[in-house]
Amino acid sequence: MSTTDRAIVVRGLTKRYGKQLAVDHLSFEVEHGEIFGLIGPDGAGKTTLFHMLTTLTTPDEGTASILGKDILKDIRAIRSSVGYMPGRFSLYQDLSARENLQFFAALFRTTVEENYDLVAPIYSQIEKFQDRKAGHLSGGMKQKLALSCALIHRPSMLFLDEPTTGVDAVSRGEFWEMLQRLKEQGITILVSTPYMDEASLCDRIALYNKGRILGIDTPEGFRRGYDAPLYAVSAERMYELLNVTRGMPGVRECYTAGSVHHLVGTADFRPEEYSEALAARGFSDLVIRPIEADVEDVFIKLMHNDPLQ
Amino acid sequence: MTHCNDCLISVRDLTKKFGDFTAVDHISFDVGPGEIFGFLGANGAGKTTAMRMLCGLSYPTSGTGQVAGYDINRQGERIKAHIGYMSQKFSLYEDLTVFENMRLYGGIYGLRRKEVEERADAILRRLDFLEERNTLVGSLPLGWKQKLAFSVATLHRPKIIFLDEPTGGVDPITRRQFWEMIGGAAAGGTTLFVTTHYMDEAEYCGRVSVMVDGRIMALDSPARLKKMYGAASMDEVFRLLARGAERGG
Repeated sequence: MSTTDRAIVVRGLTKRYGKQLAVDHLSFEVEHGEIFGLIGPDGAGKTTLFHMLTTLTTPDEGTASILGKDILKDIRAIRSSVGYMPGRFSLYQDLSARENLQFFAALFRTTVEENYDLVAPIYSQIEKFQDRKAGHLSGGMKQKLALSCALIHRPSMLFLDEPTTGVDAVSRGEFWEMLQRLKEQGITILVSTPYMDEASLCDRIALYNKGRILGIDTPEGFRRGYDAPLYAVSAERMYELLNVTRGMPGVRECYTAGSVHHLVGTADFRPEEYSEALAARGFSDLVIRPIEADVEDVFIKLMHNDPLQ
Repeated sequence: MTHCNDCLISVRDLTKKFGDFTAVDHISFDVGPGEIFGFLGANGAGKTTAMRMLCGLSYPTSGTGQVAGYDINRQGERIKAHIGYMSQKFSLYEDLTVFENMRLYGGIYGLRRKEVEERADAILRRLDFLEERNTLVGSLPLGWKQKLAFSVATLHRPKIIFLDEPTGGVDPITRRQFWEMIGGAAAGGTTLFVTTHYMDEAEYCGRVSVMVDGRIMALDSPARLKKMYGAASMDEVFRLLARGAERGG
């Protein structure tokens, strides 16, 4: 069967809570050994999807297989071969870091010693605090402990639900470096994040919103596939610039993007004419330059294209 | 004691110690009217402790300064009454309606009932939320809650608003709408003081400071900081500065 060639195969997976479609007929595949990112805001249905794939809840419709095993029939086999790090810190706060690790090893009928080599690069960073209660560790240390616990039974696959939320940029960087090392050891990783800047660290990403996948591609593929004229514009009076630009001919939309605004043009947008028109409106200091789309530009465009968004 | 006449924040050598631990270590800076000021730092750098002093929730161990025109050493209560505050973690009461939240906050800030009604109407009209006036906040989408929370923080018309990690977890369109609202408030003369872990949000700020181990290690516009550190992004600047941190992690 071809499904065993893929680490994850999802076909028409659907979950409702009352009338609300948390996950809406989702289909995608994840290759062995890749870091696959599920990128989307809170409430997109990321956690519900993770719960179904890790056999913690059942779908209303559709099927999925993990490492060739069916999520409805092969629950035990799946649970023993995947590691799951939930979005909310869910270790035992009143056990020490070491006790948590030992507990999770025991649950999976193994020992910390047996698999220590796999977690060592991560766990060693918090080892000097291993007698501290998990509830008293800092955010970055909790995250490292949770990852160690998810790995201690040497899973072939990792499910990480928003592992970097609320963590500072330095710890986030370190975390992604750890994921890269795990990938090099052949572990397949499905990771979700609301932060678009982490998309470029994945091999492939699914842009996800309101229970639906807006698109799947490599980060580079998404950037190359962006087909509208895109510019960065800036001037001293940024807020006014936004509103004036939106009324200009050839402008499809204009939105904030940090120190600049992004201007999405139609096919007949002419930057020279736009600059002249703006100068006539008193924006003599206007700077406009063509730019490449980032993942957020792609996400916005795909949200506009999907009638159900 | 005023260091800067029209500044909304002006502090010198602000320090907070807990026992022999110096959480905030002699920080000094000014924030002017209509500025969007980013207050960055790693976990454990002392941001929260500094914010609490700036918001009048705790007094410094040493140092001087003013926030919104009031003395940071003596007038915590006045400071609280004259600033706005919004955080993603806690913003509005989910089991009250949109208007009930506004009435509650209006009351806390001492507005008369008629003032609350008028201002609430104006805000809801501007946000195109009039139909949601009697909707429970808990049933609104996250993006709406954030916009509403920001508006509620402006109800008593503060000259400075503290945004404590304001926009986590919303889709890019909603996030941009939120920052557009912030930009509008700044263009209208309101000062915004923003903490965030997300360096793309730092790019929205006119100036940013980066705290490491209780001290401000850098303070300038994102463009100048990037140039100074030869970095392509604020994320890179932040990592260069924070990597040497001894606290946190």
